[in-house]
Amino acid sequence: MRQEIVPIHSFECLTNEILELTFTSDYLASVAKPGQFINIRVDNNFPLLRRPFSIFNIDGNKISIVFNVIGTGTRVLAKKRKGDTIDILGPCGNDFLTFANGEYDTAIFVGGGIGVAPFPFLTKHFPSDKKITTYLGARHKELIVTKGLKNVNISTDDGSDGFHGTVLDLVKDDFKKHDYGKTRFFICGPTRMMKAVAEFANNRNSDCYASLETDMACGIGLCQGCNIETNGGTKKYALVCKEGTIFETRTVKLQ
Amino acid sequence: MIESFKLKNVEFKNRVLVASGTFGYGDEVSDLVDIGKLGGIVTKSLSMKPRDGNPNPRITETASGMLNSIGLANIGVEKFISDKIPVLRKHNTIIIANIAASSIEEYCSVLEMLEPLSGVHGFEINVSCPNVKEGGLSFGTDVKLVGRITKELRRRTQKPLIIKLTPNVTHISEFARVCESEGADAVSVINTLIGMSVNINARKPKIATTTGGLSGPAIKPIALAKVYETRNAVKIPVIGIGGICSWEDAVEFFIVGASMVQIGTANFVNPSTGITVAEGIKQYCQKNDIDDVGKIIGTLQTNKTISIIDSWL
Repeated sequence: MRQEIVPIHSFECLTNEILELTFTSDYLASVAKPGQFINIRVDNNFPLLRRPFSIFNIDGNKISIVFNVIGTGTRVLAKKRKGDTIDILGPCGNDFLTFANGEYDTAIFVGGGIGVAPFPFLTKHFPSDKKITTYLGARHKELIVTKGLKNVNISTDDGSDGFHGTVLDLVKDDFKKHDYGKTRFFICGPTRMMKAVAEFANNRNSDCYASLETDMACGIGLCQGCNIETNGGTKKYALVCKEGTIFETRTVKLQ
Repeated sequence: MIESFKLKNVEFKNRVLVASGTFGYGDEVSDLVDIGKLGGIVTKSLSMKPRDGNPNPRITETASGMLNSIGLANIGVEKFISDKIPVLRKHNTIIIANIAASSIEEYCSVLEMLEPLSGVHGFEINVSCPNVKEGGLSFGTDVKLVGRITKELRRRTQKPLIIKLTPNVTHISEFARVCESEGADAVSVINTLIGMSVNINARKPKIATTTGGLSGPAIKPIALAKVYETRNAVKIPVIGIGGICSWEDAVEFFIVGASMVQIGTANFVNPSTGITVAEGIKQYCQKNDIDDVGKIIGTLQTNKTISIIDSWL
């Protein structure tokens, strides 16, 4: 893990609401794994704390993240331009590939809204002996990003793209039509969505690995602010930044 | 160029420490930070038994700061001794064990367990903890209790004893005075201020415990005033804490009377802040032909002499 000041290489609008920001770092590109995140200080003084972002893609020494403007941090970040620098700390957290090997046929990726972020990088590096089916759900079509994904199924709350309904309803509907064999779920999105999808996955005896998001100050285990309650075990709480962000959903209480 | 500072029998290589609860036990950041360049590490608060800490959410960002309510989550003193001290010893810096407790007896027991260990160079006492016997009111807001804690711990240690004071009182200097008279070697000023933040859509507090401790640049002016007040009331060294992010911030604290400083919340943003602050202080002194950082301390130029207590009444 390193702290680096890196130049912004490019900005691209993937939809009317989602931006892809690409920067360069030889170090990060050489060590980061799918599912890990970087903690970004978007500007020198304001806001004070770093903001965590999943790694969306790595191509050569170019690393990209995606975001939509939802708060102070993303608003400041959206005003950056090519050539500006950002202060990054990473890679942080565990990664999805740790959980990718095992006895199953199909990896089921489920992304809710901007929770699509880790999946293109994961798709690129996923073990080639597994099939991948991807489900994306969002409020509307401007929040759907399919870049870098495989076998994508889409749902929107307003019906503006794909299946009209929740991503879980889409998954249920699609599972009736196809036999995916033994599955393992990899999910990221709003907690309520992840809780519902995890329940579905665990009920059909699939392991389900969820990348969680909480408010974080440091992203590296110093502040102990990002705790999540565990389901038994030796400790009452785990730290999302350091022991996660990826947890098997039976081991933590998604609330 | 003298950067070091001696407190009782312990020599700190410089006057910049990292504050309790903002640097773990040093092991999380050893690949990011050259810990040996810090004046010292104040450990996370240690209690007799391990503590899980508070439910989430535990933190929230506020204007130029953050609120936290971690709930003194820690591994307990026994595990600290077996697992962390051997690692900390390798860092070539001073280790100050911060102690939190829910009774005076617990403060004493934890300190007695750590006192014989050469890997612990001194103690900082977190008195901003609920006193279980007195219905959970903080020890730190009762001047008599702070005096008793200081007295009991002083009898039990030959090492530097630092009391970390809460600003959530009317006159912090009264507390510093009682610490001094009961034998403390220094006081740390200040711990976090009680604060609150509300989610207006859910109409719920943004942290699980409703109120929490405010830290970060937002509290620096308050911390400076509290250090200034304390410095004018006691002769023992004052360790300045509160929103320090840069060497300029640290120099401000020295000028108003802090003998050392601690970096807290800034570690969450830049874990190497302590080192850049220490280097900046050194360069400031060299540039201004100051041969000892100590010569800046308490050099505030004011037009009039004021009685600190009077000015706050």
